[in-house]
Amino acid sequence: MLPEAIAVFCETAATVGNPSSVHTSGRAARAVVEESRERIAEALGARPSEVIFTSGGTEANNLAVKGTYAARRAADPRRTRIIASGFEHHAVLDPIEHLVGTEGAAVTWLEPDRDGHIHPEDLIVAIEADDSDVALVSVMWANNEVGTVQPVAELAALAHEHAIPFHTDAVQAMPTLPVDFASSGADLLTLTGHKIGGPVGIGVLLARRGLSLVPLVHGGGQERQIRSGTLDAAAIAALAVAVERTARHRDLEARRVAVLRDRLIEGALGLGLGIAVTGTWRPGDITRRVAGNVHLTVPGCEGDSLLYLLDAAGVECSTGSACQAGVPQPSHVLLAMGYPEAQARGALRLTLGHTTTAEDVDAAVAALPGVIERARRASGAGRTGRRARVAASLGGAAPLHPTGSDARASRSA
Amino acid sequence: MRVVAAMSGGVDSAVAAARMVDAGHEVVGVHLALSRSAPTLRESARGCCTLEDAGDARRVADRLGIPFYVWDFADRFAEEVVEDFVAEYAAGRTPNPCLRCNERIKFAALLDRAWALGFDAVATGHYARIVERADGGRELHRAADAAKDQSYVLGVLDAEQLGGALFPLGGSVKAQVRAEAADRGFSVAAKPDSHDVCFIPDGDTRAFLAERLGERAGEIVDPSGEVVGEHRGSYGFTVGQRRGLGLDRSAQDGTPRYVLQVDAAANRVVVGTEDLLGVDEITGVEPRWCGEAPAGPTALGAQVRAHGEEVPATAYPTRDGGLVVRLARTVRGVAPGQGVVLYDGTRVVGSATIAAATRTR
Repeated sequence: MLPEAIAVFCETAATVGNPSSVHTSGRAARAVVEESRERIAEALGARPSEVIFTSGGTEANNLAVKGTYAARRAADPRRTRIIASGFEHHAVLDPIEHLVGTEGAAVTWLEPDRDGHIHPEDLIVAIEADDSDVALVSVMWANNEVGTVQPVAELAALAHEHAIPFHTDAVQAMPTLPVDFASSGADLLTLTGHKIGGPVGIGVLLARRGLSLVPLVHGGGQERQIRSGTLDAAAIAALAVAVERTARHRDLEARRVAVLRDRLIEGALGLGLGIAVTGTWRPGDITRRVAGNVHLTVPGCEGDSLLYLLDAAGVECSTGSACQAGVPQPSHVLLAMGYPEAQARGALRLTLGHTTTAEDVDAAVAALPGVIERARRASGAGRTGRRARVAASLGGAAPLHPTGSDARASRSA
Repeated sequence: MRVVAAMSGGVDSAVAAARMVDAGHEVVGVHLALSRSAPTLRESARGCCTLEDAGDARRVADRLGIPFYVWDFADRFAEEVVEDFVAEYAAGRTPNPCLRCNERIKFAALLDRAWALGFDAVATGHYARIVERADGGRELHRAADAAKDQSYVLGVLDAEQLGGALFPLGGSVKAQVRAEAADRGFSVAAKPDSHDVCFIPDGDTRAFLAERLGERAGEIVDPSGEVVGEHRGSYGFTVGQRRGLGLDRSAQDGTPRYVLQVDAAANRVVVGTEDLLGVDEITGVEPRWCGEAPAGPTALGAQVRAHGEEVPATAYPTRDGGLVVRLARTVRGVAPGQGVVLYDGTRVVGSATIAAATRTR
């Protein structure tokens, strides 16, 4: 969290009350919330009334998908189809799957190409299959694993030609891309605090005025009756600081981080170990791939081993996604992009941010050869090692069981 | 040393990991994901991969301040333990999956990966002791807590595997371990012990096998070959079993009947009276020796099932690399597929898989 955001958070938490109350401290809290709302709207190219505070990106995505689906279907029962990219974050995928499983929704997935991009032509085909049954189109602004940027404005315009609302999850785009609600054309846009130096537990759904949303959470009627619950004035104030700061600095910051990104990718590719970069990448470009994302495939390695060895070498990374128990899963993003499962298992994601330095990048590149050599040995040990052979020969041992007659004969002997 | 602490989420492996940290080792906690299906949250505590177990293990690792990883061995486990389990039952034998898991997963797949990644050893919460001899060789011994002793399910480990194993609980009794877990503030201090087969959550082995092997109706016969009943799959029977035979006892002379033999090839189950159940000679295959193989007949103790009694015996290594064990007295219900583990005092000398058990006198 940014120091300025922490300072504002603490100051606000210490002084203000419930923003829904009419007494003095309630009014003070309300003033903080509404002023923050205005600042956030201003920084994002939105109107204050379009800002709906949520508990984070997951809730905002759920509200966008389920809330729009319910409202659109209520207005016209034929509208039960959702069109979404196949490599959305689980906070979009899973609500859709839930609607399919329980609410009679249908879904058309737009599959990304091998470079991690959704093609507008595919959306045209998906809509024109039957434009009367579409409830919503949802395509993320930037992918959370491989960092590829989607043609959001173009996709939104296509949806609007058929009067279909368009949602975009901009959680990953916000730190480095010029996210502007009005010019994006999106009807719904998701943001979260902790990706931009704000608090965890606060997020925003930007929702165009006039768009109908059925609430997920009912109660006191806060946030235009769409999202009930007492507002967290301190978190909102801190979020406003983080949003403003990000909007002000992200262009410069993106250029700085992209230099490090390119240095890391070029360094890794230059090792000659079969490493490949996943998703579009051109040195210096920050419009097709976000500045802070490095995503590599390392052939012949298990994600488990890479993760441990890099961690031990002081390089924090991830290998796609993990289930709740922590079991590394082959990334659904890479599978959607057409990578075979074995390759998806040896994927490595390194995220660069405002604290990353050139020394960090060089240290990571320097650590890779030893780590990969070890990880390859470990994955060989797991499959064809000495013990695997011993076990295999035991498993295929000669029949252990004597014939029935023999056993009986010796028993009665 | 650099040590992988295998952490199941139970109290034993938690304390084992803590003791490794106290001993000054560089410890990394690893939870083995063994279940192929998506993790589910079950109420009962078992040694397998539940969300709750992984979470419990992680909590302990956090408390110890050690790194923690979940390593996915589900495919290996399915192949080498679960499929082996089913195939063994299908062949009329009674496997011990814990023994297989130690032999092929914990001290094979896991140990090999740990070695390859630069670790020196794998520590587990098993109750058994490793004694280092003056010559540097390592011996496996029974645990101090006779009631919890798990040397039987570790008897399959060879010298090389023992070289990479650490059992920090071998000198303790269970009550001490629980008390220590409570003192250390571990949330798992009062967690129930795991039991049964970890990959059969409801404990119904016969239903588990039926689902995989299908119904295979056949005859139940007495030792003379006379048909006395029917069964739905010989895999549902184990030598020495008395319950669940579905026989009409009153039609016989009223004495209880036991499974004497499971003849999978003929899909026949042989039953008889208790006196026919005793055996005194065991044929073992694929013997493994913790150190030197005995050159000739050797007086040892033999244990033929987990938590079973040790019986004085003489072990005869055979010329073809097998093993015959003559027991000093008859033992009931020795099931092919189980292990026979040989002891010299508290020391494990070796083990073999039981191929046949017969009565010679």
